[in-house]
Amino acid sequence: MRSSFLISVGFAVILAATALPAASQSSDDTIKEIERYRAALADGNPAELWEARGEDLWKQTRGPKMASLEKCDIGLGAGIVKGAYAVLPKYFADADRVMDLETRLVHCMVNLQGFTPEQAKKDPFGGPSKKSDMEALVAYITGASRGVQMNVASNHPKEQEYYELGKKIFFHRGGPHDFSCANCHGADSQRIRLQDLPNLLKQPTAQRAYTSWPAYRVSQGELRSFQWRLFDCFRQQRFPELVFTSDASVALTMFLAKNANGGVLSAPSIKR
Amino acid sequence: MSDPMRIRAQLMGDKVDVRVLVAHEMETGLRKDADGKIVPANYIQSVTATCNGKTVLSAQWGPAVSKNPTLAFKFAAAGAKIGDKVIVSWVDNKGDKRSDEAAITAAS
Repeated sequence: MRSSFLISVGFAVILAATALPAASQSSDDTIKEIERYRAALADGNPAELWEARGEDLWKQTRGPKMASLEKCDIGLGAGIVKGAYAVLPKYFADADRVMDLETRLVHCMVNLQGFTPEQAKKDPFGGPSKKSDMEALVAYITGASRGVQMNVASNHPKEQEYYELGKKIFFHRGGPHDFSCANCHGADSQRIRLQDLPNLLKQPTAQRAYTSWPAYRVSQGELRSFQWRLFDCFRQQRFPELVFTSDASVALTMFLAKNANGGVLSAPSIKR
Repeated sequence: MSDPMRIRAQLMGDKVDVRVLVAHEMETGLRKDADGKIVPANYIQSVTATCNGKTVLSAQWGPAVSKNPTLAFKFAAAGAKIGDKVIVSWVDNKGDKRSDEAAITAAS
């Protein structure tokens, strides 16, 4: 008994010794392998299924007013979908508020289609046997901006105010872990398990990160919107639940989107 | 009723390259939900693809295939030309079925 224990300890030491050089090899190899895996996944991205469903929803007459969303102004004028995602979030005079895509869609569903805000915000994120219309619409609209350069403005004082507020939230430490977004996303080469955590304060990495959302999450079998991305970051930080389309969520999106200006949208992409 | 498949069929030389995105839950029957109850199995069991009345692919799938699977295959064109239709159908273990088609296009 005792000797077998010693032998296994001996083995463990040898294993550890042989594993060390491999582990200390540049982490570039790992990153390259993950990239290769991502490239293999990208061929046949199920996000297309959401885009198709979203396009139908966009054109369907729905709600008490029996209207489609085709007259909805999501940033570039009524009914213009292509390129609109690249200018969001933005200040909308008709609502006197800075809005991101989801917030604007809720606004249109309420004002054009006659839904109540509660109905429009029902099922913001899909789950098992529960499809989210919101995520499908988001997929369609962002998909129409593939290849377009991010161009978020900050001319309006409200836009500047939201940007500053978002910046504050990004650096705000709190929760049981005394944690801020910047703890993970404010330095280079950070990683959680195998996932690279992009440095969202540097332009190239911020661009690459922001322009790849929304994305199809293979591990969840769902297309995830940017509102979900922030919601889940808050959950992982053990912060209070981020309220869907709240000012805080839009402000943080404003901060991250503006930092990604100049990046070319590739969303909806695919992630592990 | 499940969502439609997305099918792309391209003529590449003497072969037709087909890519299909299938919208399906593909539940294995082994998972439990939040209440600890087994989520009933629901997965595609047979897939067939035809072109001009000829079966060009016949497959038997099981629970190991992922949710929203993607299927890619090539078949010998053998007379099939641009504009001809490729029809893909599946049947799952509950008897639900779906069939969608796409016209063959030139390679992009």
